[in-house]
Amino acid sequence: MNCLKSLAVALFVLTTVVPAVGFASETHVKLDRALIDPNDVVSLQRGAHTFVNYCLNCHSASYMRYNRLQDIGLTEQQIRENLVFTGVKVGELMKTAMDPRDAKEWFGTAPPDLTVVARSRSSGAGSGSDWLYTYLRTFYRDPTRPTGWNNVVYPNVAMPHALWELQGEQVLAEAKEQAEGYMKTVEKLKTTTPGTMKPVEYDQLVADLVNYMTYMSEPARHQRVTIGLYALLVIFILIALSYALKKAYWKDVH
Amino acid sequence: MAATEKKLPVTGAGPFNGVLTWVDQRFPLMSMWRDHISEYYAPKNFNFWYYFGSLAMFVLVLQIVTGIFLTMHYKPDAAQAFASVEYIMRDVPWGWLIRYMHSTGASMFFIVIYLHMFRGLLYGSYRQPRELVWIFGMIIYLLLMAEAFFGYLLPWGQMSFWGAQVIVNLFDALPLIGPDLALWIRGDYVVSDATLNRFFAFHVIAIPLVLVALVGAHILALHEVGSSNPDGIEIKANLGTDGHPVDGIPFHPYYTLKDTFGVMVFLAIFAIVMFFMPEMGGYFLEYNNFIPADPLKTPSHIAPVWYFTPYYSILRAATSEFMYVLAFAVLAYAILIWRSKSFSGGSRFIGVVACLGVIAAFFLIDAKVWGVVFMGLAVMIFFLMPWLDQSSVKSIRYKGTLFRTALTLFVVIFLVLGYYGTQPVTDLGTRISQVGTMLYFAFFMLMPWYSRMDKARPVPARLT
Repeated sequence: MNCLKSLAVALFVLTTVVPAVGFASETHVKLDRALIDPNDVVSLQRGAHTFVNYCLNCHSASYMRYNRLQDIGLTEQQIRENLVFTGVKVGELMKTAMDPRDAKEWFGTAPPDLTVVARSRSSGAGSGSDWLYTYLRTFYRDPTRPTGWNNVVYPNVAMPHALWELQGEQVLAEAKEQAEGYMKTVEKLKTTTPGTMKPVEYDQLVADLVNYMTYMSEPARHQRVTIGLYALLVIFILIALSYALKKAYWKDVH
Repeated sequence: MAATEKKLPVTGAGPFNGVLTWVDQRFPLMSMWRDHISEYYAPKNFNFWYYFGSLAMFVLVLQIVTGIFLTMHYKPDAAQAFASVEYIMRDVPWGWLIRYMHSTGASMFFIVIYLHMFRGLLYGSYRQPRELVWIFGMIIYLLLMAEAFFGYLLPWGQMSFWGAQVIVNLFDALPLIGPDLALWIRGDYVVSDATLNRFFAFHVIAIPLVLVALVGAHILALHEVGSSNPDGIEIKANLGTDGHPVDGIPFHPYYTLKDTFGVMVFLAIFAIVMFFMPEMGGYFLEYNNFIPADPLKTPSHIAPVWYFTPYYSILRAATSEFMYVLAFAVLAYAILIWRSKSFSGGSRFIGVVACLGVIAAFFLIDAKVWGVVFMGLAVMIFFLMPWLDQSSVKSIRYKGTLFRTALTLFVVIFLVLGYYGTQPVTDLGTRISQVGTMLYFAFFMLMPWYSRMDKARPVPARLT
């Protein structure tokens, strides 16, 4: 009886506490601000290019249609010739060619859809764009992980560093830093093998990519803000008119 | 026969006189217009707080109209729901605008309703003879919460799914019938496609239908007794030679125009939120809800949408050690009842026995169940306002310091509870929520005493 009881307790702890700890391990790191300009069409196009070349191999953006990219100044022909690699029509959704079952076997989990990831990753710590910008720059070598990669913002992430040839390899090393009156030990990323890009170029590439992903998460955003300004203008005129009308009718109420 | 005998042309002149007469001989169009609009006399001194009734009506219509358009494109299917919302946001012409109107409208509805209810508390709008107006209003508020809860599942994001899971599991905690009841609500052992489908049915037809009918009853009851006002005086007590209240003005054109202005200002605020910050920092559209529902991944922090969080705090405040504190509070309440000689001996006896029964139940039934009960009571206790408030005056303008302090404190507590309801559980947060819960209930349960002790100021004979 006692044995059964402790077994039940152990099972309870395993099913409730363990997952809780597992998810709580997403620590909050100070995020770098992503300096992106949603009106910079060239940056958006570069980002789209990086996205289809690197991200779309494993991830889908399955709520986004290729021909929507006309928003960022591309023609249907340009999209078809430069950005569609899976042979689908230009009006189709951006789906990866990778089989989700294969993905689960290779990575332990199917890569999530990225269409709205720039919105879902927002938090009190910063916007989803900031999160992506920091995340894509803080992969480091970790031999204890199955993929050999780990990440500062997303500890023990299943994703390997897809852009490592460009960024090079980093490790998390201890460094001394001057604090108020004493030296404190902090963990810092250190480049061990440089990539094909200089750090500045890589940061720019990631910023463009994040700019594109932010656009993709809400393509109507630009339209929303523009229309919003006109709508407000009309509403303010209506406020003035309705106020004047009310005043005129109410002048005999005392 | 009766129709043709009925009456003369309804208006003296005008191009539509013939049509109106024809209609009016068959339908009480003109008398309805007169009774409820053109000759409904409202007090002339409505202030800022009186805008929220018409605004609530405006938002209701907005939600119904945008909801109809969303229904044309949305798919109530667990496999397609999330994608169909993104489809509306991207591929449906103006779909994003309709969707944002509906999502912003949901939160704005609660802001408007909370302010409308606060107006009632301020000026004693619930007092005799307006008890039924208040009760209909409270039922509308309950239905609105149900409507919001059902609707929140529909986007089928992580928060939709887990929020519904948590709330339905509350019913699971109830003794005896709990598990079967939860199963019956979900239609499955977890929140699933079956749940989504039935929530859709509730959200788009069942609840709105009752809601609209009750709004009608709310207004009919109000027009039967007449509107109150910031002074809490009955304007009908002071009629002029024409038989209309001296301090009243016809609803149309005076309040139709004033409320039109109110709607315009409201629209400006609405537009600023909807066009420039539709997520409202994660409060109107929660960030986690941009992740499709995944029954295998529990989010580390599940919080309901902001308008439910005061009650969520109360739910989480009920820990087993808190029950001891509450037991002492109820004991003190029993003593208070016993010592209140103004009540009859019988009711004092019943009150004390009830208190002792509650104390016993605190320890016989699990604290988790009490959390659910307190959450329910926290909403339902508003129904008793017309009888809890024993003040000799209606309006806060003439109530004394005691009531004013209590109401101010109540508003602060409501906001504090709301804030902690959005936060992950911490020791400090739980303590504050527990103190808040005690004070929340004290506001209502001690009201018969402090509202009577309160020194009211003299009420003027006419509106000021």
